[in-house]
Amino acid sequence: MEKILQGNYAIARGAWEAGVRVACAYPGTPSSEILTALSQEYKEDVLTEWSPNEKVALEVAIGASFAGARAMASMKHVGLNVASDPFMTVSYTGVKGGLVVVVADDPSSHSSQNEQDSRHWARFGKVPMLEPSDSQECKEFTKLAFELSEEFDTPVLVRTETRVAHSFSPVKLGERKESHTPLGLDKKDAPKYTMVPIYVRVRRKIVEERMKKLEEFTNEFKYNTVEMNDPRIGVITSGVCYNYTKEVFPEYSYLKLGMIWPLPKKLISEFSRKVKKIIIVEQLDPFLETEIRAMGIKIFHGKDVIPNHYELSPEIVERALKGKKYKPPKIRVHTEGLPPRPPNLCSGCSHRALFYAIKRLGLFTFGDIGCYTLATAPPLNAIHSTICMGAGVGGAFGAMKVLGKEGLGKCCAVIGDSTFLHAGIPPLMDIVYNKGNSTTIILDNQTTGMTGLQEHPGTGYTVTGDPTHRINFEELARALGVKHIRKVDPYNLKETMEVIKEEVERDEPSVIITVNSPCMLHRREKRKFEHPFYKVLTEKCRGCGLCLEAGCPAISWREVTEEESLTQDGHKRKGVVQINRLQCPGCGLCSQICKFEAIVPGEA
Amino acid sequence: MEERVTNVLLSGVGGQGTILASDILCSVFHEMGYDVKKSEVHGMAQRGGDVTTHFRFGKKVYSPLIKYGEVDYLVSMELLEGLRYINWLKREGKVLLNLQEIFPPAVNLGKMKYPEDIVSQFKKYFNGRVYPIQGLNLAIQCGDPRAANIVILGAFSTFFEFPEEVWERNLLSHLPPKIHELNLKAFRAGRGAMS
Ligand SMILES: Cc1ncc(C[n+]2csc(CCOP(=O)(O)OP(=O)(O)O)c2C)c(N)n1
Repeated sequence: MEKILQGNYAIARGAWEAGVRVACAYPGTPSSEILTALSQEYKEDVLTEWSPNEKVALEVAIGASFAGARAMASMKHVGLNVASDPFMTVSYTGVKGGLVVVVADDPSSHSSQNEQDSRHWARFGKVPMLEPSDSQECKEFTKLAFELSEEFDTPVLVRTETRVAHSFSPVKLGERKESHTPLGLDKKDAPKYTMVPIYVRVRRKIVEERMKKLEEFTNEFKYNTVEMNDPRIGVITSGVCYNYTKEVFPEYSYLKLGMIWPLPKKLISEFSRKVKKIIIVEQLDPFLETEIRAMGIKIFHGKDVIPNHYELSPEIVERALKGKKYKPPKIRVHTEGLPPRPPNLCSGCSHRALFYAIKRLGLFTFGDIGCYTLATAPPLNAIHSTICMGAGVGGAFGAMKVLGKEGLGKCCAVIGDSTFLHAGIPPLMDIVYNKGNSTTIILDNQTTGMTGLQEHPGTGYTVTGDPTHRINFEELARALGVKHIRKVDPYNLKETMEVIKEEVERDEPSVIITVNSPCMLHRREKRKFEHPFYKVLTEKCRGCGLCLEAGCPAISWREVTEEESLTQDGHKRKGVVQINRLQCPGCGLCSQICKFEAIVPGEA
Repeated sequence: MEERVTNVLLSGVGGQGTILASDILCSVFHEMGYDVKKSEVHGMAQRGGDVTTHFRFGKKVYSPLIKYGEVDYLVSMELLEGLRYINWLKREGKVLLNLQEIFPPAVNLGKMKYPEDIVSQFKKYFNGRVYPIQGLNLAIQCGDPRAANIVILGAFSTFFEFPEEVWERNLLSHLPPKIHELNLKAFRAGRGAMS
């Protein structure tokens, strides 16, 4: 049977067909749907979990593999940075049940804090890597990855990127086959699984031998394919880049690599002898190019013309390879000048209310990663640094270290609930342990909002919707030694500003937790607002625009005509604001901001 | 089947159901025997940002992304989001526009103007091939403004001579039963608007 599947769903299907027993992940675009699919569609056969972070996800998968099960951990590119510690060493121990790590790159940073080329991990960790180009290959390669993992006693990386992970194409479905490896632990395996120096040295050599065997294997690997067409130009490529290039230059010859590490050197040499000129088309870094040049093969075009940043597209490949001969399509309208439509916090979002308070207090905010990072955009402009998950908490502490008492009342750290549990606990511990005085605000919207509403240890539910222990942020902070813990309802602007002000001025560590502030898109939890919506008393509105500073999508400004140029009480105005009733959930922030009592509750 | 691949660019604002519409397209064209590919950017789509989906069908489709300037059908759920992709169209391309305006932040703040005469800007280049549809109004008449995407899908379906039954079955298979009637109505309203 054939079905249209998203790349991530196809990976899930491949893992299921391969008999995967355990799948762990921390959400991250564009990888999240892999675990969603496994936990919804294959939950009878697969034990799935949202792990607190990627390092834990991989460690749980490693344990399952050591106990004989086929196991998988999936994550976005930066997730593998977090999981890199276990990753680099599980390469030495190898596996018992097949172990697959899926890593999803995000060229052009559609949804990420940086742009990384995960292929380097394969070389760095000495681990084979497969790279599918569409959904069918996503399924096939994931299945194969489990077999290779057991055959060569190695973890196997499967690398995708946005246009593979989030594209849909037909997939031929197969049946599930359980793996033959028996479940169980054996103490005799200690030298293989215990990486202390004497055993490390033994395994270190085995890793090199394994990579040699894999190189022999990949020269014959059926998914490293040669298509001979015009022998004048041979393209070496992989993944989605093959599709882009094939689209615009169907007449060229191709060597498409399904396994991109280790490289099939013999196959590459043979191909390069069959064609006159070699072109390498790859996204991001010159990974293949560097290796192939080092083999002494002459390269006609590679990163000299193909950009090494942002995602590629058929147009970019065509433009790069045709050079001066490229004819761009006709420009009808200069669309760069059109009003942009960046993503925004939803109307009614509790993050908006909280960041409006911070903006009014004029603090420097060490931000973190999540929906709330959107508060950095105008008009809120209320986040002033963002590095990686957890970095804000330590960052504010570091700044306060050097600013001393001068810094009091001037800065804070802000972190989402999911992000706090992912990487915020150790830095909070550090603040207390090393006698800091910074303030950490935990934005508890009871879900992992940014990546599509996943559960986490603070929501009280597992990935399959089972109720479970729910972390209490207050108790947790107390256990770390924080003495000043405050709770605020962010929709109460005055109180929120007072609490934040008190805590940032306090010369001791403090934590502020938002309460009753679930994500507006939450399926289970809903904040009940007092009024169904708010409306503007146009006769009173002075058009000062203060309410617009909150950036609510439901509020807009319009110019007024001569007739309307005075308020009821005779104040001159250039315009007024209006509230789109369909978009307003009635959070009431704007009415608290307005100084002229011009925004009032509406009745249903 | 002809060798040529046909390119459909769907655009809109997060929350308008652009992605659902393209999911349905995928199943319909696949059922009609075509190879299909569809690509979209997730993640921030729910946050009111712009959303585009590239949908391609033909005998064999390689790239999941359409080449700039090669769009056969531009289907836009919102006027400004349509105009943003005007240069992506082929000379002989067709344009289906939902006559709905959703103000982006810069317009809400009074810093920029929402472009005027978007339909005539399209007509200037694609006269006779521009199809403006009152998607929102028709959806409201059917009972729910959120069905505007399905009205537009219904209108789009008239460009192809596939059995109506195939469209409607695939439409319903993507939706929960309690909104089947509403969406069938919306789909048919969209078809009606093109006749
Ligand atoms: C190491 C790493 N893993 C995953 C992600 C993807 N990611 C971005 S934000 C986020 C979590 C957001 O949840 P939360 O902190 O609760 O904030 P919210 O979006 O709900 O406001 C995730 C998982 C990432 N950026 N970095």
